[in-house]
Parts: sequence; C-alpha cells; structure tokens
Amino acid sequence: MNTLRTLIAGVIAALLSGCAIQPWVKPYERERLADPIMRFSRDTLAEKHREHVRDVREGARGATGVQGSGCGCN
Amino acid sequence: MAATSPLFFRALRWIASLAGGLLATGGAKAVDLPEERAEALVHIYDGGGVKASGPALLVRKTMAERVSVQASYYLDMVSNASIDVVTTASPYKEKRSEYGFGLDYAYRDSLITLATASSREPDYTANSVSLDISQETFGGMTTVALGFTRGSDKVLKHGSPDFADSVKHWQYRVGVTQVLTPLWIASANFEALSDDGYLGSPYRVARVFGAAVPERNPRTRSARAVKFRVNGDIGSRSAVHADYRYFWDTWGIKAHTTELGYSRYFGQAWLADAFVRFYSQKHALFYSDNAPTETLYVSRNRQLSTFSDVSLGGKLSYKLRQVPGQYELKANGSFEYVRFRYSDFTDVRTGAPYGYGASVLQLYLTATF
Repeated sequence: MNTLRTLIAGVIAALLSGCAIQPWVKPYERERLADPIMRFSRDTLAEKHREHVRDVREGARGATGVQGSGCGCN
Repeated sequence: MAATSPLFFRALRWIASLAGGLLATGGAKAVDLPEERAEALVHIYDGGGVKASGPALLVRKTMAERVSVQASYYLDMVSNASIDVVTTASPYKEKRSEYGFGLDYAYRDSLITLATASSREPDYTANSVSLDISQETFGGMTTVALGFTRGSDKVLKHGSPDFADSVKHWQYRVGVTQVLTPLWIASANFEALSDDGYLGSPYRVARVFGAAVPERNPRTRSARAVKFRVNGDIGSRSAVHADYRYFWDTWGIKAHTTELGYSRYFGQAWLADAFVRFYSQKHALFYSDNAPTETLYVSRNRQLSTFSDVSLGGKLSYKLRQVPGQYELKANGSFEYVRFRYSDFTDVRTGAPYGYGASVLQLYLTATF
C-alpha cells in the first residue's frame, strides 16, 4: 500500500513538474524562423490587393491576419 | 509548497501578461517594430469581363524609436463588362481610390496598432478604423493578438439621386502565433464579423419566375471565420506552408479555403514562391438562379451561390541592390490564374452553368531601410 501511495505521489509530482513548461526554443535557435520566407505576411500591398480581389468575388472573408480595410464590395 | 509557489506565481504572471498587455512584468526588452520600408505596386486583374488595374504605394517609417507610421495609397481603375452587367445593364468604367494611415507603438512586449482606411468610388464610400494589440509571451515563443475594426459605408446609385443608404461593419479578431520548433511555426486566427445596413447592390437584379426583379437582401449578416496556418523550414533554403480556413454565416454560407505553398531561394539574389489554393462554398439560403416562389429575400448575386475556385500562382523576387545595414531593394513579379466554376448560377444567354478564368498580375518594387 505504501508502495502504491509513493507511486501515486511520484506520478502527481512528475505531472506537476511537467506543467511548468519552459520555452523550449531559445531566442538564439530562432534564426531560421526570422528568415523572410518563414513570415506569415511579407509584402503588405501585394497581399492587400490579393485579399481585395478575393473579398469581392467570394462569400467568405476574415481571419486572414491581413489588416482589413473598407472596400466598395457591391 | 516550495515547489508549487514559483509555479503558481509564474502562471499568474503569464495570465497577467496576456490580459494586461501593458502591465506585463519581466522581460523588459521591447518588441520589434515593423521594419522601415517602401513599396510601389502595379496590379492588373483580368477575368470574367472585368479589368481592374492601377498603382499602389506604401511607406513605413520609424519615429522616436518606439513609433512606426505607415501611409498607403491604392487605386483601382475598373472597366466592368461582367456577365451581370452585359445581361442586365451597360458596361461601365469607374475609379476607386483608397488611402490608409497606420500608427504602431511598441511598449515592452506589446505592439499596439491604430489604423484607418478610406475608400472612395463615385457611388460607394467606405471608412474604417481598427485597433490591434499583439503581445509576445512565453519567452517570445507565443504571440497573442486581439483586434477590432469598425467600418461605416455610404451607398449611392448612379442616376438615382434619391437613393442613399448606409452600412456599418464590426470585426472582432483574436489570434495566436506559436513557435513549435526551431524550424516550424503555426498560427490560429478567429474573427467574428457583423454587418448592418444595405448589404446588396442597387444595380443587381434577381430572377423570380424568369422575370427580373430588384434583389432583396437581409439587412444584417453575422459571420465567423477560423484559420489555421503552419510554416516549416524544410532545408536547402526552402520552406513550405499550409493554410485552412472555415467560414460560416447567418445567411447560410459555409466555405472552405485551403492553400499550400512552397518558397525557395536560388543563389543570393533570387527567391521563388509557388502556391495552389482551393476554395468552395455553399449558397446563401435566399440565393436562387431563378426563384420558383416569391420570398421575402431573394438574390442572384453569384458571390452568394454555390461555387468553387482553384488558383495556381507563382512569384519571383530579385534582389537588385543591397548595402548591408543600410538598405535593400527588390523587384518582384507575381502571377495567379484562378478558375471559377458555378454550380447554380447559369449564363442566361445559354442556360449553361457559368464559369470563367481570371488572371492576377502584380509587379512591384520593395525597399527596406
């Protein structure tokens, strides 16, 4: 029984310590992520234009991460 | 207890930094402001009888170390002979110009962005203001963003001085960007959109029992969109990305968008991108190609029909000149071909389901300094 209690306490302790997640990718490991090809958004005007072309032809919009703006969509 | 106290305080600090933004404790290093840049673009859209082209300019400059300002201008010169226009009205030409101003302020790990946009065409004016806050947390591995846009439009009609209406828009968004590994990054975005006012076109007609009648749209529309994206560095100076977005609204539209892309450097000067995009949607509840009964709302706007489109696109960037630590100048060209296929929108001249191909060309210069 004592062994079981020790085991449960051990599992709980392990889980608790596991909750204290530390940032696992250090700033000096993010060089490749900083490359322009890894950016979600690169050229503002080109993306805004493409977004506008789609917004006026498709029923869906939003959640693109591209800054929206007013458009004459009728 | 000794082990849980630091954990408790760390969790509390994380929540405080998320919710409080400006009150973030620790990690006093300021977040990076967007880089100083200038862009000059020429865009040409040609498809389905519509040609739209024009220039666009953008300048972004940092001031006083913590503030970045942005100004942009965008012109659309439209010549419209689309299927709606040739079958129910006369082809026309018009101009749409848009001015945008933005201000970013970096404070510790937060970036606060205030932006306005004003778009004008002879019969439609749109103004909007937005506020966005993004907060870096978890050692810079996680970025949480919150945003809000409020828009207000005025709708007029050529040749009908008595017609004037308005639309109000609200957009609320939240997003998380997460560094997964030294080579992979992902994001999740959610946006709630709400429109209130005149949500149709005063020129467009619907068909009821084969007869043309002015379209009748509801005056409110609420929509939700959720988008997931992942970018990965796959070695050999190349990267891949995959996006998926699901959209749904109170008009009954449900839409899926999927995009897959590949980017690769060639030598020191060239960067190539390629992508394929799939879009499909289910029609709005009151959409009908030719309504068999009289209903309160009726529309034959093909943007609200059941259709799909597939895009194939590519982009080439060439580094014209670079002076390390001073500036970099790039020439860019991108081309996209889109094929639209409508399931329940017919060409009234032939009775066959409508479809068309469109090309989108962009030529632009970008300078960072």
